[in-house]
Amino acid sequence: MSVLEIRDLHVSVGEGDDAKEILRGVDLTVRSGETHAIMGPNGSGKSTLAYSIAGHPKYTITGGSVTLDGEDVLAMSVDERARAGLFLAMQYPVEVPGVSVSNFLRTAATAIKGEAPKLRTWVKDVKSEMEALEMDPAFAERNVNEGFSGGEKKRHEILQMRLLKPGIAILDETDSGLDVDALRIVSEGVNRTREEGDVGVLLITHYTRILRYIKPDFVHVFVGGRIAEEGGPELAEKLENEGYAAYAKGSGETAA
Amino acid sequence: MPDQNAPTTTGLTTESATLAGELFGDGVGTQAGPPAVPAAGTGTAGQAAPGAHSHGGATPTGSPAERFTSIDPDAFGVPTGREETWRFTPMKRLRPLLDGAPSDAHLTWTTDLPEGVELTSVEVGDPLLKGLPEPVDRLAALARQRSGGAAVVRVAKEAQLGRPVTLGLAGSGSEDVVWGHLVIEVGAFAKATIVLDHSGLARYAGGVSVLVGDSAQVKLVSVQDWAPGAVHGGQYDAVVGRDATFTQVVVTLGGDLVRLVSNVQYAGPGGSAELFGVYFSDETQHQEHRLWVDHAVPNCSSDVLYKGALQGEGARTVWIGDVRIRPAATGTETYELNRNLVLTDGARADSVPNLEIETGEIVGAGHASATGRFDDEQLFYLCSRGIEAETARRLVVRGFFADVVQRIGLDALQDRLMAAIDERLGALPALDEQPVEVS
Repeated sequence: MSVLEIRDLHVSVGEGDDAKEILRGVDLTVRSGETHAIMGPNGSGKSTLAYSIAGHPKYTITGGSVTLDGEDVLAMSVDERARAGLFLAMQYPVEVPGVSVSNFLRTAATAIKGEAPKLRTWVKDVKSEMEALEMDPAFAERNVNEGFSGGEKKRHEILQMRLLKPGIAILDETDSGLDVDALRIVSEGVNRTREEGDVGVLLITHYTRILRYIKPDFVHVFVGGRIAEEGGPELAEKLENEGYAAYAKGSGETAA
Repeated sequence: MPDQNAPTTTGLTTESATLAGELFGDGVGTQAGPPAVPAAGTGTAGQAAPGAHSHGGATPTGSPAERFTSIDPDAFGVPTGREETWRFTPMKRLRPLLDGAPSDAHLTWTTDLPEGVELTSVEVGDPLLKGLPEPVDRLAALARQRSGGAAVVRVAKEAQLGRPVTLGLAGSGSEDVVWGHLVIEVGAFAKATIVLDHSGLARYAGGVSVLVGDSAQVKLVSVQDWAPGAVHGGQYDAVVGRDATFTQVVVTLGGDLVRLVSNVQYAGPGGSAELFGVYFSDETQHQEHRLWVDHAVPNCSSDVLYKGALQGEGARTVWIGDVRIRPAATGTETYELNRNLVLTDGARADSVPNLEIETGEIVGAGHASATGRFDDEQLFYLCSRGIEAETARRLVVRGFFADVVQRIGLDALQDRLMAAIDERLGALPALDEQPVEVS
């Protein structure tokens, strides 16, 4: 059972006079078993929220708090956050030349679990998860994200989520750039994780398309660096029909 | 490929364009014709132009001057260190080679010759030697002159070697300069991998000439795993036959000073050359790799990838990548990339790619060079999966090298080289586990 609590979070990028505030007081609570969709127009700060929670050095926290089960996430290093149970599926996963997927996955699993996973069960786990995501076994010997197509990168992110079994998973525009088949495969992977256990999911998306596959319990509309409206799944339908225009008008200045 | 290493100013010298006059030296005239006696069994590769040796008057064609080559050391004069070709080299540390006397000193050879391979030697004046590309600097000319002939590795035409040819070349610690010349002659349609494995302490000036027969596939691996204090200067030439493939992998780890000049020319159309290299310079080590790919015939390709890391005070690397596409070389495809990872303060990497294009009818030509610190995005990605920063850093550096080392294609050698690199990076706690294959 995990609870991620974000309170009055303020985040800026840049330094000194160039500093620019992107998040302007975000309040959000994600509990195990819940799926929250964060929807908003480009530049509203959705990805900044994801990266700030994960601890990307580019972003400066200027106010507020983030806790996981009461522990201060903002005081943790990036790797400590992951070991505490946070996972971020990135929109643009980074290439790591010369590091094979299998080596990377095992190193990560060892770090998360605190000991090397038993070889036999590990190989079996990786194999069956890759099959479920319709990934070629040869994939494991390729270098991390090197030459991967957009769909392969996203499947690889979900594969990591499946194997590392986080308490809270943040999916940053995992649906972007995916064709219908890939979107279905990736969504099914997320749904398996939701069905199996106590994961809390924060699904960040621009479009409602992925919400046809992954049904959210809560929908938050993100505009100008804060949550402008909250509701249930019906809110997504409203956005599908009306878009973000109504919010953009009301928010005045929006973040870049 | 997008540059992930944001270029920093740390020890960075990148000159994207160099004046042609600077690039091609003072040599004048056109390329000399084919030698009178082609090497037997290699087809067009034996008829390679030996380089520009003619001293006829310059014809103002608008093309850059020819690179000067000669078998006579005195034709080059004694370098001062101000010449374009020597300006990055610490001449004081190279003097033991440049000022070295003729000697009978030699490296200790340990050979593994699979069936289909002959190791022999030729005397000075042998026709085979006359047909080879000529030295491009005084040190290479001295080596050619004083080596007293050459050792010759001959792979019969159409031979398919069951395992690599391995020549272990070990220095004995002698102060005398070892002058050497090795010729590797691979017949048409043959497939061969040759490993030169340098170790021990030596002062070594050695030339390597590779004749790649028509449609042959040749891989040359040269490992410089010298003991501290070794000094190694060498010119590597490859003459690539029609539709042949030549792959060179250079791995420079040891020694005080290593300066390798690798030249490629094509004897017929359809040839392909891949030049890969890794180097790791620690405190005070000078590692210099100069490349010169001369596209003079149509439909050939070249692909250059060199990666280096530097750590410690006075670590120094130099990479010069010259590619010339002559007017006749239509359909050329070439790309060169040099990437340097500066791990500590006090290290300096120079990287100078040069591309001369004299015809518009090419498939593609490009180069890239980046020198920088760690890629923060790679580190963030690994750390965000729970991997500690120190482990992540080692994974990134290890991967940086493995990217090239894995192109050798020989597991035992790759493992040995990666182990040597690991040792210099410190132990990798998370990688001590046995490797996992998922298939």
